[in-house]
Amino acid sequence: MQSDSLPAANTPQPADDSRRSFMKQAGGILGFALAVPLAGPAEALAARTQVAAGPGSVTLRLNGQPTTLTLEPRTTLLDALREHLDLTGTKKGCDHGQCGACTVHVDGRRTLACLTLAVAAQGKEITTIEGLATGSELHPMQAAFLKHDGFQCGYCTPGQIMSAVACVKEGHASTDDQCREWMSGNLCRCGAYPNILAAVREVASQSAKG
Amino acid sequence: MDTETQFSDTIPQPGVVGQPLSRVDGWAKVTGQAKYSAEYNRLPGLSYALIVGSDVAKGRVTSIDAGAAQRQPGVLAIFTHQNLPKLAKSPNNPDDRRALASSGMSFFPLESDQVYYAGQPVAVVVADTLEHAQAAAALLRVSIAPEVPVSSYEAKNAELYVPKTIRGYAPGVTKRGEAQAAFASAPVQLTATYVHATTHHNPMEPGATTAHWEAPDRLTVYDTTQGVSETQKTLAAMLGLAQDQVRVITKYLGGGFGCKAWVWPHVVLAPLLAKAVGRPVKLVLTRPQQFTGMGLREEQTQTLKLGATREGKLLALVHEKTSTTSPWEDWAETNGRIINMLYACPTFEGTYRLAHANVMTPTSTRAPGDMPGSFAIECSMDDLAAQLNLDPIQLRLLNYAEVDPTTGHAWSSKSLKECYARGAELFGWNRRNPKAGQTREGHLLVGYGMATASYPVHGSQGTARVRLYADGHAVVQAGATDLGTGTYTINTQVAADALGLPMQNIRFELGDTNLPTTQWSGGSTAAGRVSSSVYLACQEVWQKLLKVAVIDKKSPLYGAKPEDVAVEKGRLQLKANPAKGEGYADIMQRASLSDVEGSALGKYGAGYEAPKATANANMNKKEDAAPHSMHAFGAHFCEVHVDPELGTVRVTRWVSVMSAGRILNPKTARSQVIGGSIFGIGAALMEQTVRDPHLARYTNATLADYHVCTNADIPNMTVDFIDEHDPYVNAMGVKGIGEISIVGVTAAVANAVYHATGKRVRSLPMTPARVLATLHEPA
Repeated sequence: MQSDSLPAANTPQPADDSRRSFMKQAGGILGFALAVPLAGPAEALAARTQVAAGPGSVTLRLNGQPTTLTLEPRTTLLDALREHLDLTGTKKGCDHGQCGACTVHVDGRRTLACLTLAVAAQGKEITTIEGLATGSELHPMQAAFLKHDGFQCGYCTPGQIMSAVACVKEGHASTDDQCREWMSGNLCRCGAYPNILAAVREVASQSAKG
Repeated sequence: MDTETQFSDTIPQPGVVGQPLSRVDGWAKVTGQAKYSAEYNRLPGLSYALIVGSDVAKGRVTSIDAGAAQRQPGVLAIFTHQNLPKLAKSPNNPDDRRALASSGMSFFPLESDQVYYAGQPVAVVVADTLEHAQAAAALLRVSIAPEVPVSSYEAKNAELYVPKTIRGYAPGVTKRGEAQAAFASAPVQLTATYVHATTHHNPMEPGATTAHWEAPDRLTVYDTTQGVSETQKTLAAMLGLAQDQVRVITKYLGGGFGCKAWVWPHVVLAPLLAKAVGRPVKLVLTRPQQFTGMGLREEQTQTLKLGATREGKLLALVHEKTSTTSPWEDWAETNGRIINMLYACPTFEGTYRLAHANVMTPTSTRAPGDMPGSFAIECSMDDLAAQLNLDPIQLRLLNYAEVDPTTGHAWSSKSLKECYARGAELFGWNRRNPKAGQTREGHLLVGYGMATASYPVHGSQGTARVRLYADGHAVVQAGATDLGTGTYTINTQVAADALGLPMQNIRFELGDTNLPTTQWSGGSTAAGRVSSSVYLACQEVWQKLLKVAVIDKKSPLYGAKPEDVAVEKGRLQLKANPAKGEGYADIMQRASLSDVEGSALGKYGAGYEAPKATANANMNKKEDAAPHSMHAFGAHFCEVHVDPELGTVRVTRWVSVMSAGRILNPKTARSQVIGGSIFGIGAALMEQTVRDPHLARYTNATLADYHVCTNADIPNMTVDFIDEHDPYVNAMGVKGIGEISIVGVTAAVANAVYHATGKRVRSLPMTPARVLATLHEPA
């Protein structure tokens, strides 16, 4: 029914740290571990593995700025942003990768900050909602959300906007149905979906023209 | 310290009320600057609390092993029923309960070893970081001796009873005329049973409270509440403080839908813990805890008997509702209200039956009672139309209530006929095949359905304050909350027009008990009440300025009679000679006033003379004529595609037309109507919280397993408003629209499914399994 909703083979996939991509990784590691001969690679792996416990220094490239802070290895990128750096624009709705409120960009791809460990995001370019506007000038997607009233309470909004920016970049906003599908990882309980759609489609058509 | 957000945006225009303007708080929301209640991180020594809930629904705590948890780094305290500081007033004490403002707060955990519901807090951990609190909570061992719980009203061990009252005010049994006898003798009789699953509000922002004792007698609480004043009053009573010693702040609220209308246990725990550890405490519910921490819409069965003449005139409505309530409260949504008032039916009888079960207390959920009640009456009306071969709209017009059938009072305003006509036109209702199950698009069955919506005007009141500065800026304040409904924006618009200032010169502040007291944002009351108080407070500013001008010899208005003066765009001038007059700045300058302040009480549903923006309007004059019944009305129209092989239902088109008095901002109003409709489509097609019948625990308390609508579930939607002038409802002529937008939605979808398939699904949500089962039922 919605053939354009499905990813074409050559389109970049969102690095959403979903269960699917986790399983892919896990499968890879498992396959690696079971490969024969065991000894060589396993020993090499152990030699490179460090046991990390307790707080340590972590440097994140956040909205273009290197930021160093002391974090435990178990701290998620979401809690690092919200609780340790007071960057509260990124929201916690479920903490389990189910609602999309914590969507940020990691190396330009939409990523759920609640399913990402902060230590694992080192060396990557992280963009949050706070880094989207240029000074007082809104990003076109922020301006479109404002214009089309793509929110009510505003709590899912930063995640929606980060997803929307990536959705357009991925080329997944070329039809209404495709855009609805690729924006469905971000829940909005106020029900602003038709307005979100209008905002994303407007920006997509502008970037297509531009 | 934390700074407040600056507002900007919104194009100022003369006459901004009624304009579809963008939100004044929108800039803060799209940039991530809007600060919600769990985001005050710069409090000195902020610590983190985490609730540990019971994993059994009924039993007694037999032992607690906190050793391993206590040894975790950063742990500040672990509290259980054995050591939690005592409350000054507890809802567990019946005498105290009556003194508390908040009816949601009808039970407080951690006062005994008794467990009444799964998820009930049995311990709380406080630590210096969230990670430390989480680690300690995971190591806490609470042993509970389980007993056999009652899982719902449907359980074998449930005991049904008819309460004296529900929600503390509505009678358990309501009778108007002899409905049973009228039904028995009615030429046409329909009896149907409707089932509604347990559902949860699930605002995107979970419940969160941050408590900061600034001094032993000064508590500031940043809370996710729809009513800062109600929370202030309840917290003060429970903590043994004077009301002025408690300040509650809610600058932004991430959705509420009724669950943030009451003071739940975590709201009280946060200040209690903060006091105990001597540091500010942040307590945020996890998403699963949201399902057991802030109420629910109760599962329920309704049986509706409808008696009518062969022409389709209603003769009798007999309604029975059976539902689950908590062990300590007679709570039921008031479904009978809308069934009793929606149509001109001479008789009505309504009965509520309840069973106490081991669940948290149900609570208000968007249009409590009217939403599920409308499912029963609007599906039965659709059945009646089909049985009598009448068009569903024709049947509703045949039973149109010209006066309120429950009181005989005239309506303050009612434009429902216009809603039907406009909705039918926008939707293309005339293309509907009168026969059900006849329209196909490919292999899909196509159905059209409609339903009526209505929601009452609940009386409420509150104060606003306006300070107009001589430099042409104004601060407008009311302790209201903005749930995302547009409270910031509409009140900025109202003040701009009433003061004759551009919108960017108005700063509207809300969400703080230091501001003038106004009641909660709930029951669709806030738009009408707060806008009226703002409007009237602006009028007081003009009245004060006029008093100064008429005794000032240098004023062109010197000696003028107040009744001869009008206000026009920030200028006081003679009605007879508008050229003769002056602006507020001149008056203030000569009188050496830096500013003039006005304040006023606004009432929702109290009755007003028609408002005019003049200094002389007789404000607050109560309508002396016969009392009026006040409701908003509307109609929803829905197209569905049903897959007969898979049982899937997709809503493919949607039209809502609402008449709700003056629409202050059509952009934010439209958003509320589509939002309510989508909330209702979720309830119609996918939302249900499943409670295990043996363990009385939820099996799907996550957002992966509890399905709310996603973008892909929702089609383009059309919303329109019927312009309505209501001189009685309040000074601004506004009726709320937050809740009427969901009333009738489930019925409109169900009626469309019936029209598509010729089969009636009477259980919500209409999942593919239920639709398939109904399609395969023998005729």
